[in-house]
Amino acid sequence: MSIALRTLLYKEVLRFWKVGFQTVGAPVLTALLYLLVFSHVLDRQVEVYGGVSYTAFLVPGLVMMSLLQNAFSNSSSSLIQSKVTGNIVFVLLPPISYREFYAAYVLAAVIRGLVVGAGVWLVTLWFVELPYAHPLWILFFATLGGAILASLGVIAGIWADKFDQLAAFQNFVVMPLTFLSGVFYSIHSLPAFWQTVSHVNPFFYMIDGFRYGFFGQSDVSPWISALVAGGSFVALTYATLNMLARGYKLRS
Amino acid sequence: MSDPSAALLIDGVCKRYGSLQALDHVSLTVRQGEFFGLLGPNGAGKTTLISLLAGLGRADSGVIRVMGHDVVDDYRDARRNLGVVPQELVFDPFFTVRETLRIQSGYFGLRRNDDWIDEILHHLDLHTKADVNMRALSGGMKRRVLVAQALVHRPPVIVLDEPTAGVDVELRQGLWAFVRDLNRQGHTIVLTTHYLEEAESLCGRIAMLKQGRVIALDNTADLLARPIQQMLRLRLRGDVALPADLHAVARATADGRVVLALENADAVSACLARLHAAGVGLEEIELVRPDLEDVFISIMQEAA
Ligand SMILES: Nc1ncnc2c1ncn2[C@@H]1O[C@H](COP(=O)(O)OP(=O)(O)O)[C@@H](O)[C@H]1O
Ligand SMILES: [Mg+2]
Repeated sequence: MSIALRTLLYKEVLRFWKVGFQTVGAPVLTALLYLLVFSHVLDRQVEVYGGVSYTAFLVPGLVMMSLLQNAFSNSSSSLIQSKVTGNIVFVLLPPISYREFYAAYVLAAVIRGLVVGAGVWLVTLWFVELPYAHPLWILFFATLGGAILASLGVIAGIWADKFDQLAAFQNFVVMPLTFLSGVFYSIHSLPAFWQTVSHVNPFFYMIDGFRYGFFGQSDVSPWISALVAGGSFVALTYATLNMLARGYKLRS
Repeated sequence: MSDPSAALLIDGVCKRYGSLQALDHVSLTVRQGEFFGLLGPNGAGKTTLISLLAGLGRADSGVIRVMGHDVVDDYRDARRNLGVVPQELVFDPFFTVRETLRIQSGYFGLRRNDDWIDEILHHLDLHTKADVNMRALSGGMKRRVLVAQALVHRPPVIVLDEPTAGVDVELRQGLWAFVRDLNRQGHTIVLTTHYLEEAESLCGRIAMLKQGRVIALDNTADLLARPIQQMLRLRLRGDVALPADLHAVARATADGRVVLALENADAVSACLARLHAAGVGLEEIELVRPDLEDVFISIMQEAA
C-alpha cells in the first residue's frame, strides 16, 4: 500500500471516527430499536426455517442491513461533502491515482460498515444466543457486502451534485433493495411472484449468505450467493473505476 | 514547444464549457525561477487555466507540462512539482491545522514531515494555531493554511490563484514577503491577483488574459514602458461633469480624481483646451507615469 493510499484511508477513517456518536452510535441504536419492536411483536408468529427463532433469524439481517447502509453512507457522504464544500481538491491535486482513490474510499467504508455491524452484533448478544456455523462465511459476506455498498456509495457520491440527489439515491435504490432482500423474513414465506423478484436482488444473496454463516441453512446455497455478490462487486468496481478514470464530474 | 526546462509550458490550450470558449489557444511559457503574473478581468479564464495545470480539469486540446512533465500522461511527476493555492477558501472541517498538513503531506507520499510543517507554520505565523480546528479559524488564517498545504511537498512551481482576495493588509504583506523569499530560494511563482499594484511590484513578467485569450505577454518593465500614453490626472473644481467625448479615455480614482489616458503631449493640450471651452474648472493638474492599471486598461480596450 502506497503512503498516499494509506493516508487517504486514514483520513477517511478518522473522518467518521471523530463523529463516531453519529456514524457508529446512532445506527447501532436504530438497529436495537428494530430488534426490540420486531422481535417483540413477531417472535411467536413468524415462521422461518426449522429450529431458528424469529429473533435469532432477525439479528444477522439487522447486522447486515446496518453494515450495508453505513458502508454506503460513508463513501457517498464523504464524497458529496467534499464536492459541495470544495475540499475535494485536496485529494485531486496530489499524485494519487484513481485506483488508489477508489481503494481508499471503499476500504474506509468497509471498515465503517464492519464497525457498525460489529456494534449491532455486540448489543444484540444480550437478547439472543446465535450459533456460528461457518464464521468464515460470516466474515466473507460481511466484507464483500460492505465493499459492494461502498462502491455503490462512491458512484452515488460522484454522480450526485446535491445532498437531495444523494438522499434520493439512498431512498429509492438502497433502501428498497435492502428491505426487499429478506432482512426481516425468509423469502420462502413470500408469495411465488415476490420470491422470483427477490432472486434478482443482489442484496438478497449477501444477506442470505451472511445468515448461512450463522445457521448453516439458507434460502440458496452460499456458493451461489458468493458468486452473485462477487460478480456484483466486480461489475461495480469496473463501472466505478471507469467513471474515475474518465474524471467524470471530478475532473471536468 | 521550445525549452524543455521550462517550469510551465502551455501550448495551444483550448477549453470549452458548453458554448463558452473559456480558453482559446492559450500558449505561454514560464521559465524556472520566474515570478510570473497572470492577469485579466473576472471570467478571463485564469482559474480555468490553473485547474488544467493542476489536473483538476482536462484541456480539450493543447499540451501542458510542469517541469517537463505532461499533466495528463505523466500526471504524478507533474503534480509532485506543482503546489496550487486555490481561489476558493476551502477547508476540511474535521481536522486541525496540523492534521490537515500531515494528511496533505501523506497524499504526496511524505511521512514524518513535521520539521518542514513547523517551518511553514512559523513562516506563515500559524504556529500558535497548529492544534486549532480548521472550523475555528478566521478567513485570513484559513487562507494561510491553504498556502501551507500547497507547500508541504516543497514544489518547485507554486501557483497562487488570487491569494489576497478578501485578505487584510497585514496578511497580504506578510504573505508577499514569504512568497518573495520562496522565489529567491529558486521556486517559480505564478500569481493571479486583482491588485495590479501587487503584480507590478512582484512580477517580473506578466500575461494578460481576456475572454480566454492571451492579449499581452511581456516583462513588467516593458509593459510599463509601452509608449502609449500620457496620463493626465486632474481634480475637477466643484460638481461638474466631464464632456461626453472624453469619457472613453477617462477613469475615476479612489480619491475622487480623474485620470485621462492620452496619446501624446498634443492630445494633452487639446484636452485641456476642450475642458476650458466646456467651462470645466480644474483644481489640480498632474502628468503621471502610467502604472500597470493604466496599461492593463488600455490593453483591454485595444483588445475589445
Ligand atoms: N465548471 C464550469 N462550468 C461552466 N463554466 C465555467 C466553469 N468554470 C468556469 N466557467 C466559465 O469560464 C469562464 C472563465 O472562468 P474563470 O477561469 O473562473 O475566470 P477567472 O478566474 O479569470 O475569473 C467564466 O465565464 C466562467 O463562468
Ligand atoms: Mg478566478
